[in-house]
Amino acid sequence: MKRLLSLTAALALSTGLSAQAEEPKKGGTLVMALQQTPRHLNPAVQSGTATGQPGAQLFAAPFRYDEGWNPQPYLAESWEIADDELSVTLNLVKGAKFHDGEPITSEDIAFSIKTVQENHPFKSMFAPVEKVETPDEHTAIIRLSKPHPALMLAMSSQLLSIIPKHIYGDGQDPKTHPRNGDNVVGSGPFKFVEYKKDQHVILERNDDYFIEGRPYLDKIVMRVMKDGSARTIALESGELHMSGFEQDPLNLVRLKKNDDLNVSDKGYGAIGPINWLAFNTQADGPTSDKVVRQAIAYAVDTNFMLKALMRGTASPAKTGIHPDSPFYDDSVEDYALDIEKANKMLDDAGYEKGSDGMRFKLTVDYGWPTVKPPAEYMKPALKKIGIDVTVRASADFPTWSKRISNHEFDMTIDNVFNWGDPVIGVHRTYNSQNIKKGVIWSNTQQYVNERVDELMELAGSTNDQDLRKKYYAEFQQILADELPLYPLFPSPYHTISNKKVGNPSDSIWGTSHPLDQVYLK
Amino acid sequence: MSLWKAIVTRIGYGLLLLLAVLVLNFTLISIAPGDIADSIAGDMGGADAEVIEEIRERYGLNEPFYVQLWKYMSGVFRFDLGYSYFFNVPVTEIVLERLPATLLLVVSAQVLAIVSGTFLGVLAAKNPRGILNAVVTFLALFGFAAPVFWTGILLIIAFVSVIPIFPVGGMRDVTVEGGFFVQTLDLLYHLVLPMVTLASIYLALYSRLARASMQEVLGADYVRTARAKGVPERTVLYKHALKNALGPVITVAGLQFASVISGAVVVETVFSWPGLGTLALQSILARDTPTIMGILFFSSLVVIVFNILTDIALRLVDPRIKSG
Repeated sequence: MKRLLSLTAALALSTGLSAQAEEPKKGGTLVMALQQTPRHLNPAVQSGTATGQPGAQLFAAPFRYDEGWNPQPYLAESWEIADDELSVTLNLVKGAKFHDGEPITSEDIAFSIKTVQENHPFKSMFAPVEKVETPDEHTAIIRLSKPHPALMLAMSSQLLSIIPKHIYGDGQDPKTHPRNGDNVVGSGPFKFVEYKKDQHVILERNDDYFIEGRPYLDKIVMRVMKDGSARTIALESGELHMSGFEQDPLNLVRLKKNDDLNVSDKGYGAIGPINWLAFNTQADGPTSDKVVRQAIAYAVDTNFMLKALMRGTASPAKTGIHPDSPFYDDSVEDYALDIEKANKMLDDAGYEKGSDGMRFKLTVDYGWPTVKPPAEYMKPALKKIGIDVTVRASADFPTWSKRISNHEFDMTIDNVFNWGDPVIGVHRTYNSQNIKKGVIWSNTQQYVNERVDELMELAGSTNDQDLRKKYYAEFQQILADELPLYPLFPSPYHTISNKKVGNPSDSIWGTSHPLDQVYLK
Repeated sequence: MSLWKAIVTRIGYGLLLLLAVLVLNFTLISIAPGDIADSIAGDMGGADAEVIEEIRERYGLNEPFYVQLWKYMSGVFRFDLGYSYFFNVPVTEIVLERLPATLLLVVSAQVLAIVSGTFLGVLAAKNPRGILNAVVTFLALFGFAAPVFWTGILLIIAFVSVIPIFPVGGMRDVTVEGGFFVQTLDLLYHLVLPMVTLASIYLALYSRLARASMQEVLGADYVRTARAKGVPERTVLYKHALKNALGPVITVAGLQFASVISGAVVVETVFSWPGLGTLALQSILARDTPTIMGILFFSSLVVIVFNILTDIALRLVDPRIKSG
């Protein structure tokens, strides 16, 4: 099984796409928002979208992905997966340079993979990588201990920033390297100008970018604006041209009414943020009983949530895999609202109602304001089936995180990201080996199912897409039946852009994607 | 007590206070559930167990509380406030980088509140049954009752959204190019709304104080004498009466300095003003203990210094204190 995708094929595809659009214009300064302060700007040692958005402009990766989840050439102009799936050969673009003029070689690829392997919070991305061989300057061969289908997505966008060995290989700890936040050198479409913490990141066009004729913008100013209402007003007044990762329903509804703005819900599938109601499956209380979890699912009206709480800005998610993912299976049981059935299930299971009409008490936690409405909704919804719910707010994220990661909860509203391939962001939630106290977004539900473990192992060690789909379909069916968590909806990430902005990103990575095709009209 | 002796005593108390602030706050922050590892994992969309363990190891979070406290305090005695867990830079550097923005906001808001508050108070006192007196009473009620973040948001709606004359936030517009004059104008343009918001609370306070104290002074014998001997009303008000009426205003202004700084935390957050306030909020949410401690250290220092300055100012305005 050999796969080779040539640069010409990809170019034909991209020119085909851009032929439909109007001719991009060069020049101009794009002002966009960052919702959080980046710790620094080097995504090789820092995950998250605050670093990812400027990081994807500063650093190039071997691949970029198109809207249909297909890998496209970026720093790697072509690639080949060996028949035994135990090695991947990258052929690098010739003549590509870092912002300081040094050439990008296979040594930089090997160094970057090693740095990410050792320092990035997601160990699963490159865990099976045994070594990276560099037979010549433009060829890197990645040797694997087992087939690793997540590798391709893990080499895209912010997940594998190619960092210069001649700067970051100076022996200092890459996590605290002084060049992570100052005088940053990558090979992406934009160069570093200034980073003022809590204020802005300023980037300027890389004239020596290895993709001819791009980027179109002269400059990008990323302003740190944490307040959603302030961003809304700034978008309305034209002070901001663009803002990604917007998800507040009230603001979105308001922005949609503005004729000067484009409000797009496309993209973000690879970020894959899903809100769900998680259950403590090992609790002393009723949530350890599958029947109780199913009855709760029947009592929760997701339609009401989508329409009333989310004001039509979100779509349903039936499983823990994002609906945009090629592995999403929407044929699973969706637990349409059925109070009668839920009550009967609880009656039959022996949870009798007391004189006050209540069967038992449960708490539901939440840790940040955007998930407060679904948490509050649980109280009236579950009262209908005789469950007395206490909504427990946490003062801030670390407080919530402490409770949940130490398994001190019955139910919680949670939001977990898929991060591209299920191997990276999905397996961690269900893997019985990943029940680790004190670690948030591990298997905090403490769910154990041997077949689920086995299916993840199978789907995570083959590149055969059809086979993977089959495994993940069974995986989702089992989870929908056992319900360690009940999926509600993906976070409704939107990209808001002024109509002056051409080609705003619809990438599967949202605005954490090279903005080299964006232009100002 | 001589001025110098008073100042030295004040500094001594100030240092003790600083020590108490640090020990107490370090303890309080340690009691709060969750730590920087949770917060970093939250920012990153999760992290593997070994990464979390490594973060806790690196920042010494697995050590007993008293060891952590001792390490921190011994650092402070060596003038080392540590490294920010979040930004990975020395705390002193990051705090000093933010301090000017906060001082600019706080001092300008204080000056605006004191000057206009006193002026309003004097005018109101001059004519106790006039409309201005009613306005001052209303302002006082409104200023105290309205939460400062709400006032800020209302001002944003009014002057950014409805009548778009001011920017929505930040301290400068990086797309504005020009020399020192243009940059300064841009800074002032960004300063107006946060300054007015922060001043709104204290404007009320000072106008009431100035009015009450002016009314008292205006009834005094020496004022009646001055008027009787034909001193013009303006001189009576601003030269004779005001100087004596200013005492309470200055005392309260000094005492209020700490509260203005805490007000600034909220105002800075509403207006994305890049000062200590936004840094404080960010650091608290991130459990960035060294940075929170650094901010408390510097803000306590600022409060202590301003209290000492208030003391000196009072002695200069009111000669009676010198002998007392």
